[in-house]
Amino acid sequence: MDILRTLQETFLDLDAMGKALPELITVGLPNTLILAFCSAVLGTVAGMLLAVSGLSRSRWLRWPARIYTDIFRGLPAAVTILLIGVGLAPLGLGIWGPNPYPLGILALSLIASAYIGEIFRSGIQSVEAGQLEAARALGFSRTIGMRLVVIPQGVRRVLPALVNQFIALVKESSLVYFLGLLATQRDLFRIGQDQAANTGNESALLLAGLFYLVITVPLTHVVNYIDSRLRTGRRSDGADGNDGAGDPNDDLAFAISQEAH
Amino acid sequence: MSTIVRATPAGKSPPSLSASTSSVATRDIHFAFGSNKVLRGVDLDVKGGTAACVIGPSGSGKSTLLRCVNRLLEPDRGEVLIGGRSVMDDDPDLLRQRVGMVFQHFNLFPHKSVLANITLGLRKLRGLSRDEAEATALTHLDRVGLRHKAQVRPGTLSGGQQQRVAIARALAMAPEVMLFDEATSALDPELVKGVLATIADLAGEGMTMLVVTHEMGFARGVADTVHFMDHGRVVESGPPEQIFEAASSRRLQEFLSQVL
Repeated sequence: MDILRTLQETFLDLDAMGKALPELITVGLPNTLILAFCSAVLGTVAGMLLAVSGLSRSRWLRWPARIYTDIFRGLPAAVTILLIGVGLAPLGLGIWGPNPYPLGILALSLIASAYIGEIFRSGIQSVEAGQLEAARALGFSRTIGMRLVVIPQGVRRVLPALVNQFIALVKESSLVYFLGLLATQRDLFRIGQDQAANTGNESALLLAGLFYLVITVPLTHVVNYIDSRLRTGRRSDGADGNDGAGDPNDDLAFAISQEAH
Repeated sequence: MSTIVRATPAGKSPPSLSASTSSVATRDIHFAFGSNKVLRGVDLDVKGGTAACVIGPSGSGKSTLLRCVNRLLEPDRGEVLIGGRSVMDDDPDLLRQRVGMVFQHFNLFPHKSVLANITLGLRKLRGLSRDEAEATALTHLDRVGLRHKAQVRPGTLSGGQQQRVAIARALAMAPEVMLFDEATSALDPELVKGVLATIADLAGEGMTMLVVTHEMGFARGVADTVHFMDHGRVVESGPPEQIFEAASSRRLQEFLSQVL
C-alpha cells in the first residue's frame, strides 16, 4: 500500500500541519476574514448603488452602471486584482504605505459589487409593480416608496444569492497573494502554500483548505436556512410591530436599503 | 342580483372619518399609453359625500381613469378637480395623501405586519409618533373587524381580510375621497360580500367614493350615481334605477344584457 502511504504523507502529515497551525490561526484566518469582510461590506454598499442606478429612469445613471457591471463581471478576478493592486500601487504608497490590503480590498470590492449589483437589481425588479403603486397611492414619492417598500422586499428575495456571493468572496480573497504579502499580511492560502512550497508537502495547504471550509460551509447553511424560511414563510410571532423591529431579516434589509441613500 | 346589506348594525356608530369629504370631478381627461388612446375626454362629477360607480367592459378605461384622478398617471390633457379646485398644479405626492386608493390585488406590503402596513404612512407622511399611529391604525382595523390580526403578516390572511386591511390602510390617512379599483375582482366568491359590505358602510357614512366595479348588484344597491364607460368615454350617467332599468344608449343596453 505504497500509494496510500505516499498520499497520507503528502496530505496528512500531522507534523507539517502542526507547524502551520499557529500561523494559520493567528495570521491567516484574521487576514482572510478582514479581506472578505471589508470587501463584502463595500461590495454590498456599492452593489446597492449600482442596482439603484441600473434601475434609474435617467440614462446618465443607467449606462455607467451597465458599463461598470459589464467590465468588472467580465474580467478575470486575477486581472482586476493585478491591475488595481499593482497599477495603483504608486498612488497607494503615498496614502497608506507599502500595504497591499487597501488596494486588494478595493479590487475585491469592485468585482463583488458588479455581481451583487446584478443580484440586487434582479431582486428589486421581481417585486410586483403594485407595491410601488400602493406606496405612491398613500402619498410616498417614488424614491421613498422604493426605499421603504420595494427595496426591502427585493433584497429579502435575493438574500440566498447574496450569501453565495459572500462565499465566493471568501475564496477569491486568496488572490491577493498576487500583490506580494509580508509575512504578517499573509492570508490562509498563502501560509498554507508557503509551507507546502518550502517542504514539498501539501498537508499545510490541505489544512488551510479546511479553514476555508470552516468559514464557507456554515455560510452555505445560512443560505439554506434563509432559503427555506423564505419558501415556507416566516414565523409570524408578532415580534415585528413596526418597521420590522426585532426581525433580523427586516433589519438587514432595512440597513442595506438605508445604505443606498 | 343580491342586495348588499350594510355590515354595521344600526345604532352602533363606527369611528367617524376625521377629514371632511370633498367632491371630485374630471374635465375632459385624455390619456394614451403610447398610441393607444385609453381615455378620450372623460367628464365626470361626484358630489361630496356620495358614491359613484363606474361600470363598463374591460379595456374601457375605468382603471386608467381612477389613476388619473390621483395622478398615478398624468393625464395628457384635462383637469381633475377636488372640492371644486383643480389639483393639476399640486404636488402629486401631497394630492395622493388626500385621496385613498384600494386596488384589485390589495397590494399590502407583505414584509410588514398588518399594523405596520397601516402605520407606515401615518408615521412617515403624517409624522405621528409610533403610539399615536398604532392607536389610529387599531381604530381603523376595528372598523373592518380585523383588530385581532394586527400583528400578523398579510400573507396569512384570506383575500377578503387582506382587502379590508387595504381599506383600513387607505382610510387611516383620513382621505377626502376614496377610489376603489375593482376591489373584489380578485376575491373568491364567498369573500366578496364582506368586502362589499365594508365599502357600502363607508358610503353610508358619507365618504366621497369613486368605485370601479363589476358587481352590478353593488352598483345598483349602493351607488348614488352610476357611470357607464366605453372606449375611453363616459357614455351614460344617472341614478342606478335609470341606468339599470331604463338604459338609453344601445351600448349600455348591450353591456347590461351581457353582464346581468
